[in-house]
Amino acid sequence: MPFLDHIKPDFLKSRNITTGPFRQMFNYSLIWRWAILLTSAATLLPLFLITSIDYNFTQKSIESENLLRTLRVGSNAKRAITSFLSERKSALSFIVRDNSFADLNDPEKLAFLMKNLRESFGGFVDLGVITRDGLQTAYVGPYELEGKDYSDQQWFKEVKEKGFHISDVFLGFRKVPHLVIAVKHTLPDGSFYVLRTAIETVRFNELLTTFELSGRGDAFLINHEGIIQTPTLYQSKVFEKIPFAVPAYSDNTEIREEINTAGKPIIICSSYIPDSPYILIIVKHKDDLMKAWRATRLKLIGFLVVSVTVILLAILGFSTYLVNNVYLADQRRLMILHEMEYSNKLASIGRLAAGVAHEINNPLAIINEKAGLVKDLISYTESCPADTRIIGLIDSVLSSVERCGTITKRLLSFARHMEVNIESINLGKVIDDVLGFLHKEAEYRNITVNLDIAPNIPEFRSDRGKLQQIFLNIVNNAFAAMDVGGSLDISVRLDDKKCITAKISDNGCGMSEEDLGKIYEPFFSTKTKTGGTGLGLSITYGLIQELGGKIQVTSKKGSGTTFTVSLPLEPPKSAEK
Amino acid sequence: MRVLLVDDETEFVATLAERLSFRKMEVDYTTRAADALTMAAEKVYDLAVLDMKMPGIGGIELKALLEKQCPEMKFIFLTGHGSEDDYIAGSSGACSYLVKPLNIDTLTAKIREAVEG
Repeated sequence: MPFLDHIKPDFLKSRNITTGPFRQMFNYSLIWRWAILLTSAATLLPLFLITSIDYNFTQKSIESENLLRTLRVGSNAKRAITSFLSERKSALSFIVRDNSFADLNDPEKLAFLMKNLRESFGGFVDLGVITRDGLQTAYVGPYELEGKDYSDQQWFKEVKEKGFHISDVFLGFRKVPHLVIAVKHTLPDGSFYVLRTAIETVRFNELLTTFELSGRGDAFLINHEGIIQTPTLYQSKVFEKIPFAVPAYSDNTEIREEINTAGKPIIICSSYIPDSPYILIIVKHKDDLMKAWRATRLKLIGFLVVSVTVILLAILGFSTYLVNNVYLADQRRLMILHEMEYSNKLASIGRLAAGVAHEINNPLAIINEKAGLVKDLISYTESCPADTRIIGLIDSVLSSVERCGTITKRLLSFARHMEVNIESINLGKVIDDVLGFLHKEAEYRNITVNLDIAPNIPEFRSDRGKLQQIFLNIVNNAFAAMDVGGSLDISVRLDDKKCITAKISDNGCGMSEEDLGKIYEPFFSTKTKTGGTGLGLSITYGLIQELGGKIQVTSKKGSGTTFTVSLPLEPPKSAEK
Repeated sequence: MRVLLVDDETEFVATLAERLSFRKMEVDYTTRAADALTMAAEKVYDLAVLDMKMPGIGGIELKALLEKQCPEMKFIFLTGHGSEDDYIAGSSGACSYLVKPLNIDTLTAKIREAVEG
């Protein structure tokens, strides 16, 4: 994708070249990946660890807080219910102690007491006095229960033994849920009687609804068999069995977790109400209790996600920036090393070439003159017959000598330390001159030359001879690379105010990647069979460097080659000397 | 047209002298600069073809000496080295400057051009 290509760092775009002058010193993408991985690990692991600890700690704290709060509500509820029952039991005890058996058996007095109880406490349904034999001797209430015998009833036996009784909740004749409280009063002679009352559970139920229970919290009473005694909001109906196990007896308020029939986790707080058959049950849904935790958790996870994203982006950006800079610095270093290598190579070749050329040129001149003399003898005297075959052979020798001479001249040109002759140059004119040399060849081979020189190219100071040599070499190479009917495009542009760039593009045979890396090496030539010396581009490279310029080449096998020559408008100080 | 050839390579200078003589020139040659001065004193030459680099007195120095002796004499330099420095130095008064191996026709043309104007 173009956008991704645009933001892709240079080291990811580059191939991992392991050999050759532009070999990469490191596997930058591997370093980049490791840098990201290790930095991320070093940064994110502690973050994850802290977050995980905080997550668990906060979750446990909230859970624990919820359990404690439920436990506190359970304890308060237990005290309130105990107090409710105890008040009523104490009221009966007070009445039975404050009034004689005879007074209590007085219907008017009993009705008066009943009235006081109702007005003071409310919920009292009836009041009856029962003798030690279980016979109800006095009764005030909605039913005709005077004379009823309770001697064989379980509750009466319990009163006899324990001194009081609080019954389970039950539906009476009026189908209204109520409970019975009975207290025993022992007389000095050892005999006793019992005062018994029925109380509506409405007040009881009202009391249970006053406790603060969040969400789907439910507080109700069950008896020791697990039968529900008071209405519940979300559990079974009154007088049905609870859908979970009856909690084991404990003096304290207990709490436990369970899974309800819907498969949801619930918290059950239970407390045995002392001196009664009731167990207080508070049921809360864990989901409701953990609502606060879910909000906190969302914030925590949100914070983690944002932090991780910011950290990763920062690491990615910073690692990419660093590795890319290292890559670019390495590339620059390699380029400089490469250039130094070339300079050294060129200097060595130069010294070698000077020696070779000097040593070869003189014998070559002798061969040339001797062969020439033979030809002269044939041509100018009659002593030697004019054999065309001999003349042909001599011409061949002379032509070979000339070819050798060209090579030695090039070597010398390559080797000599040329003084730079700086003058004002019109680059268009220089290129025109160069193309003038090759005009005939272009015509002969039907090569189209397109010259496009921007009108704003100023005259600049450089060396005419060297520039001619540079462009002649490049254009010569382009001609050699093209078949009949090829096309050569030369464009000259003012790059910025410091540099002129000339592009020479041909549509010739192009070069392979391997060849491209060697083109500036002395004696590297792909045209050895057609007389290439392999020095042209080496010389060009050296000349451009002397003029303070740069040369770049791009090529694709079968598509053509483009040389880009950048020349400074001001020659380097070393060239001015 | 009288031409004096001076080059330290005997084979080269002798052969070149013979070839030039085929081209209607009166050519003398020597391999030593000192001999060249003697020869120039004894005979008037129109032109001297001098090798740039010779043991002892080099081409540039010899040219100066010969010029003193024969102010009318023209000069062509030869070199087997062809350095730019030589060219700059030699071109200060020489008619021409040729790099070995030579093309005989070029040399002949240069000689005629220098002598006949």
